[in-house]
Amino acid sequence: MKVAPSKQQTRPAKVGLSKANLSKALLHPAAKPLVFLLCLLPFSWLLFAAISDQLGANPAEALVRSMGDWTLRFLCVVLAVTPLRTAAKLPALARFRRMLGLFVYFYAVMHGLSYSWFDMEFVLADIIKDIIKRPFILVGFTAFLLLSLLAATSFNRAIKMLGPKRWQLLHKLVYAIAGLGLLHFFWMRSGKNDFADVAIYAAILGVLLGWRLIRWLKSKAQTA
Amino acid sequence: MLIKTGNDGFIHATASSITPQSLYHGRRDVMRLVASGVAGVAMASWAAREAFAQTSSAAPGKLAPLPSVKSSVAGAMTPEKLTDYKDASTYNNFYEFGTDKADPARNAGMLKTRPWTVEVEGLVKKPAKYAIEDLLKLSAQEERIYRLRCVEGWSMVIPWVGYSLSELIKAVEPTSAAKYVEFITLADPKTMPGVGSRVLDWPYVEGLRMDEAMHPLTLLSFGMYGEVLPNQSGAPVRLVVPWKYGFKSGKSIVKIRFTDKEPKTAWNKAAASEYGFYSNVNPTVDHPRWSQATERRIGEEGGLFAKKRKTLMFNGYEAQVGQLYAGMDLKKLF
Repeated sequence: MKVAPSKQQTRPAKVGLSKANLSKALLHPAAKPLVFLLCLLPFSWLLFAAISDQLGANPAEALVRSMGDWTLRFLCVVLAVTPLRTAAKLPALARFRRMLGLFVYFYAVMHGLSYSWFDMEFVLADIIKDIIKRPFILVGFTAFLLLSLLAATSFNRAIKMLGPKRWQLLHKLVYAIAGLGLLHFFWMRSGKNDFADVAIYAAILGVLLGWRLIRWLKSKAQTA
Repeated sequence: MLIKTGNDGFIHATASSITPQSLYHGRRDVMRLVASGVAGVAMASWAAREAFAQTSSAAPGKLAPLPSVKSSVAGAMTPEKLTDYKDASTYNNFYEFGTDKADPARNAGMLKTRPWTVEVEGLVKKPAKYAIEDLLKLSAQEERIYRLRCVEGWSMVIPWVGYSLSELIKAVEPTSAAKYVEFITLADPKTMPGVGSRVLDWPYVEGLRMDEAMHPLTLLSFGMYGEVLPNQSGAPVRLVVPWKYGFKSGKSIVKIRFTDKEPKTAWNKAAASEYGFYSNVNPTVDHPRWSQATERRIGEEGGLFAKKRKTLMFNGYEAQVGQLYAGMDLKKLF
């Protein structure tokens, strides 16, 4: 991915040195592998905990839920890239967006796999029955299918094949995925009338999507 | 696990993802090391479980012992493997202390179980206020090993200590008008952080029909695993109704009221379409949002890979309690 040459240095230094350094750090060749490893940490911990019997009394439930939590967390992280990049004027952040997006997919796959394996023992008939019984699973599954579409078109050639405009439009689906993911979580927790955690994710996603909405409205007002 | 090859265009190899040559050549040794490590850990947990199974109902020793004799009530001593005390005392639903299953063990420390009185009132000839010390001595303490099936789809096997609720009922002499028993549990916002939440309408209220309350399997419990109850399990006194979903067994009871009307129970008030008054364990009547046909036995051999068990009618107590519901449409009166 091309990165615009850093313009900050020519500007009067407001935050000056620290931002230039941050930008430099983000562009460092080791930055990407480092972020990659960081993103793998939750998975590594869960894998270790599963092997060493540290997932508590109900390991299957703990694994399914933790993988789901991390899917939602990475979704928040990847959606924060563009607002952060623009607001903090750190164009270098853009180089992490695809990898972070693919990690959302990775954790979503692990979430679905844990559910199908440890909860449903890979019995397709049971899974289908469960999906009919529990519509919140259908919502999660829909989000997963949409996410698969984005993962499948995440490589450079796909952008060329689709054309940047159409590709961008397609990848706006991530907003729908965020909505579905949140609905999935809300619905799951509604069984216990317990919305404290849901509210936190809703607030974060609300800010991240609201920021885009405001930007879009502003740009529309300017062109009108 | 999703295997990314690096040549399908999804992700390109980064320096960090390339296996060092030395590691590649030594891969068999690495696998052996990992495998033996995994096996070692697995063996350790297996050995610990075996050790526990041999001293099954032995007290972990942190709380006061509560001596008891083995119960002779029919169906009261299942021979199944006991759930580890650690699991039984750290994986709890007790919303007064928070909705996460780890919350009760974390937050129940503030609960004061002495002094404690249980008020018995309503349609009885001898209403009374029992100090917990007197209630403990009202009848001989028995050990009862019951299956516990949670409405959420998991189960445990727990050695409770207590006596049949019918002993207390007989002592207070209900009038002929009494048709139901209502159990009111503690709701103290000072010691129970969850009571501030609006998850349920506090205090938590449960209820039984008189014949259910009089059934010998219905247990007024003061202890488990040979000790007094830990706070998170409903100290100092709770109900255990083994053929009903766990939430029917109220914890930390402060009042028992005899009425002529079906009590308004906590979960029924919160979601009447999901939690009926009876809430008998029934694999053929699903919860509206999930199947009740199977259950996950906590601590089952095989851990993560353990197969779920088939849920039994009335949680396996059909022979003892089935006749209480003869002629009732259990699909409607769930």
